[in-house]
Amino acid sequence: MSPGTFWLAVAGGMLVTFATRVSFFALPHLDRLPPLFRRGLRFVPPAVLGALVASMLAGPIAEVGLVGAWPRLAAAGLAAVAGWRTKNAWVTIGLGLTALWLLQALAG
Amino acid sequence: MVPQRIPAILSRMLARLRYSGPVGQPPMDETASPLTPRREFLDGVRDQLPLLLGVVPFGLIFGALALEAGVSPMGAQGLSLFVFAGSAQFVSLNLISTNAPAAVIVFTIFIVNLRHALYSASLSPHVQHLPTRWKVLLAYLLTDEAFAIAQRRYVRPRLELAHWYTLGTGVALWASWQASTLVGVLFGARIPASWSLEFALPLTFMAMLLPSLVDRPSWAAAISGGALALALRSLPYNLGLVLGAMVGVAVALLAEKDR
Repeated sequence: MSPGTFWLAVAGGMLVTFATRVSFFALPHLDRLPPLFRRGLRFVPPAVLGALVASMLAGPIAEVGLVGAWPRLAAAGLAAVAGWRTKNAWVTIGLGLTALWLLQALAG
Repeated sequence: MVPQRIPAILSRMLARLRYSGPVGQPPMDETASPLTPRREFLDGVRDQLPLLLGVVPFGLIFGALALEAGVSPMGAQGLSLFVFAGSAQFVSLNLISTNAPAAVIVFTIFIVNLRHALYSASLSPHVQHLPTRWKVLLAYLLTDEAFAIAQRRYVRPRLELAHWYTLGTGVALWASWQASTLVGVLFGARIPASWSLEFALPLTFMAMLLPSLVDRPSWAAAISGGALALALRSLPYNLGLVLGAMVGVAVALLAEKDR
């Protein structure tokens, strides 16, 4: 990626991020937007993060096939179960990484 | 310790009863320290500290992964300084490494950060009396973690200087994000590839996803968003991700209506 494209993306990313954060500070009347909009906002995090997790886990399958990717998928599954049980970000990430290292060592 | 507590409570009640001064000057509460901008600011910093434990490792990983994705050290720090939004920064790395056009990166950052509008709406009544420079500053510093702490301040009394508290939470987070990005940029390249550090990224998103699954519609959002993103994986520039997210929100709204 050329430096020009990169910095253009950074500038644009800064503007749109600031816009979402300043939105209701600057325009309190946004409250009068259709209620559907406010209700929809609540579902942005699960929808975005669900799409992110799914596409990132699919990456290794596309690259190395289901058999090659199994340590990652198994580690992700373990992390999801442990994370759901404990609701602790560090358990999710720490256990997922540890499981991957162990499984990769097993798989040779 | 009950016998010792009673006199203190009594004397405080008496102080209130005795008070007959002008309206607008409430009786002094001896147990509360006087409110000053400095005090509020430092309280905000202090209350933010536990969450920094979770932020600093992500900053380190971000700095390291940015270099791996082909971003220059200046560029990595630039993303942290100007965009200053962890999850959006991680997603942009994905797009940058696949050479996506700038417009696609900006639009994806917008979708991923749309949730900040929620925080903005929630704090908006408390900042309306502030001058524009304060609104700009607090908006720039409005992240998931800072909001999580700052919102708790606004359910407590004496809000005259609460914006200093919010500033304290934001500044604490900002400083640790910038510093940890820098350390990641400087030392991240020394982490061996066999550690599969990049796997921390989907795990990080999973760790953020799990607490957002609070009811059936939010599950519907995550599952349909994920399924569509998978189905549309062959689309260029992660467009499947953006479309998946949008459809996920729509499905959740429908699921909510059905109940």
